[in-house]
Amino acid sequence: MKNGKTSQLMQKYSIFFVLLVMIIASTMMNPSFMSTRNMTNIAVQLAVATILAYGEMVLIVSGLLDLSAGAVLALAGVLSVSVYKSTGNMAMAFAVAIGVSVVFNMINALFVANFGLPAFIVTLATQMAARGLALLYTSGQNILQIGDYAFWGQGKIAGFLPVPVIFMIVATIIISYIMNQTRLGRSFYAIGGNEEAANASGINVIKSKYMAFLINGILVGIAGVLFMARVNAGLPNGAVGYEMEGLTAAIVGGTSFSGGIGTTSGTLIGSFIIGCLNNIMNLQGVDSYIQQVVKGIIIVGAVLYDVRFKNKKAPKVILKKKDEEEKKDDAPKAEAGA
Amino acid sequence: MGSDVKLRVQGIEKSFPGVKALDKVNFAVRKGTVHALCGENGAGKSTLMKIINGIYKPDAGEIYVDENPVKIKDPIMARSLGIAMIAQELNFVPEMSVEENLFLGRLPADGMGRVNWREVRQKTEELLKNEGLPYKPTEKLKMLTTSDIQMLEIMKAISNDASIVVMDEPTSSITQKEVELLFKKIDILKAKGCAIVYISHKMDEVFRIADDITVFRDGTVVKSMRAEETNIDEVIALMVGRKMENVYPKEDLEIGEPLLEVKDLKSGQLFEDVTFHVNRGEIVGFAGLVGAGRTETMRCLFGLDPIDGGTVKVSGKEINIKKVSDATGAGMVMLSEDRRRYGIIPMRSVKENASLSALEKFFYGGRHHKQEEVDVVKKYFDKMSVKTPTLETPIKSLSGGNQQKVLLAKWMMRDPDVLILDEPTRGIDVGAKFEIYKLMTETAKAGKAVVMVSSELPELIGMCDRIYVMCEGHIAGELKRDEFSQEAIMMYATGTHNIIQD
Repeated sequence: MKNGKTSQLMQKYSIFFVLLVMIIASTMMNPSFMSTRNMTNIAVQLAVATILAYGEMVLIVSGLLDLSAGAVLALAGVLSVSVYKSTGNMAMAFAVAIGVSVVFNMINALFVANFGLPAFIVTLATQMAARGLALLYTSGQNILQIGDYAFWGQGKIAGFLPVPVIFMIVATIIISYIMNQTRLGRSFYAIGGNEEAANASGINVIKSKYMAFLINGILVGIAGVLFMARVNAGLPNGAVGYEMEGLTAAIVGGTSFSGGIGTTSGTLIGSFIIGCLNNIMNLQGVDSYIQQVVKGIIIVGAVLYDVRFKNKKAPKVILKKKDEEEKKDDAPKAEAGA
Repeated sequence: MGSDVKLRVQGIEKSFPGVKALDKVNFAVRKGTVHALCGENGAGKSTLMKIINGIYKPDAGEIYVDENPVKIKDPIMARSLGIAMIAQELNFVPEMSVEENLFLGRLPADGMGRVNWREVRQKTEELLKNEGLPYKPTEKLKMLTTSDIQMLEIMKAISNDASIVVMDEPTSSITQKEVELLFKKIDILKAKGCAIVYISHKMDEVFRIADDITVFRDGTVVKSMRAEETNIDEVIALMVGRKMENVYPKEDLEIGEPLLEVKDLKSGQLFEDVTFHVNRGEIVGFAGLVGAGRTETMRCLFGLDPIDGGTVKVSGKEINIKKVSDATGAGMVMLSEDRRRYGIIPMRSVKENASLSALEKFFYGGRHHKQEEVDVVKKYFDKMSVKTPTLETPIKSLSGGNQQKVLLAKWMMRDPDVLILDEPTRGIDVGAKFEIYKLMTETAKAGKAVVMVSSELPELIGMCDRIYVMCEGHIAGELKRDEFSQEAIMMYATGTHNIIQD
């Protein structure tokens, strides 16, 4: 029993270790990396990406994914900004953002869960539709002068805690709770791991898929508000490719692209790895084109490390233990027949 | 050790960290004979075969082919030495055609890398014709049944001019007719002087075709002997290291009132007019050929496929089954025939796999009661003698028999009234089979109803109180215990019963 737990912890630590090395290296390269101001900066920048990453993690674990997150975020965001501008009611602005995003995710769920289309194709289509609608609604113009709306992206609580970071923390707690403490979380892992077996075990596969998209919808809607508030405008062309940032964080954080494996903590760390990487390269004044190349290399490196660790080291332990067990097999079996 | 020995291994040892998988193993296969390897899962048969096929390297010992020492580095080298292996797990590409699959990895090509499709077609047609297999070379593999694919796999392996053929459970999913075909093929190979290593849990097969039998236990050879000098009881006793008093722990129990009643069940073209009942304390078998509609009936009963007509009653109450939870809600559970497809969540832990059908027992009051889950899972694993390194071990790294027991534990956790088992003992070792039989008896003893679909007639006859025989989507006959015989079952199953009566 102990051995399994250690190897599990080591798997978790493998990715945590990468982050730790990065933080130490970054601090050595540039002492201001560890400053409170810079750390706050990173956290604010990361908040939206992390919230999106949670949505992607939930979906990927369930054997799904969402390519429309960035576009739906933009549509939800501009509608929310526009509602706020005409009513001044922030609750309504949140409700609109979340509502729009949830509707799009329910459309995704309908085609994926009920009609059996691949999530990749469906969400690619909704990505185009959502982006188009955002541009159509705003006639391609940015919505400026959004007033107090900006507080939700730039404001601080108690003078030091940035609002988006609070959202990120709350999202972390709730997603972690869903994945670990609820039947729903278990059914996500089950349907992503083997949909037919989950169904044959009495798991409601269709409902679980709807719930995964619902969770993603709520997260994307909230991210829409935070994003627009942070950039201080309603950008119909904003957040392009953000779904990829989310996907990357989830994957770097150990989420298996083939489904059934992934954790909230891993995703959080994955998101921080990418965030720290961006930040230190900016601090060091690395050319932004080179930054992209470095990011690509780091992503492959992190995943390769993860995969090799899981595929090479872990099974050895299991194999050994398994054979030991099988060696012991005979005694109980003999009793069984006697 | 005459010159007629084709393959010989001597003093083979293989350790995995912390355990000796093979210890000083000696064994030899003669030309033109079938040498059966018997032993429970984990006894070392597969490890030895992997060494012969170049997948593992031995720590010590020699391998001789035609009495020449060889070092087999990888499967490619094994192939060049004339060794062919038919794996237990089927390897094929469903979207590719029969001919593409047959020549996968060895397509004939010219210097430019251009494939000679004419040759492929010609050779495939020739092979299919010679083997009497009725498919087109262009047919996609996904259109074929499992048994068709296994037959192809066998043909593919032995079409390579192999002189040593290793067959690991080749009959686990083919029909009786194809088994005959395979045995005929084996006879031809024997006549050609091939040496055949045959691994199987099915004792009747082993004794039908084997010339020599070697029994493995705990990584060592217990005994090698001529098949005619031994018998099934001795081999089983050697395998498990004790005498198996009773292979089928059947008890005569008091039969109660009907628990499951099915009337005129119908589903599309698959089956119709299926009427049967199972009483409390009863074990009822379903016999029939592959494709007779047994699995299809059970799948519909369990809400996995739609029902087109008929009624289902549990404890006298009619239930409307549309999805699995309707069936489980009424107290039914079903262990599926296809463990990998409908059973396990491969990368998740044995614990999670076991608790999947009873999540409400561990997730309530808004949180996960971890310790309760661990305790209950442990309790059921103990009861079912599941062997797993830890509760967190991914189920995919367990042996087939243990995976099956985990899945049974999963269903028993629901404390079912009706236990449906579809081919519960397929591809698992004698020890695990016995555990499953015991569980069936215990369940019946508790006044529950047990349904067992099986293609192995001896186990149906050994365990059941009544047997329904299905043929072409209908129930062709019902047999009581005193009427049981393999002949009677096969007559109904093949539809010859009616012909004789007419």
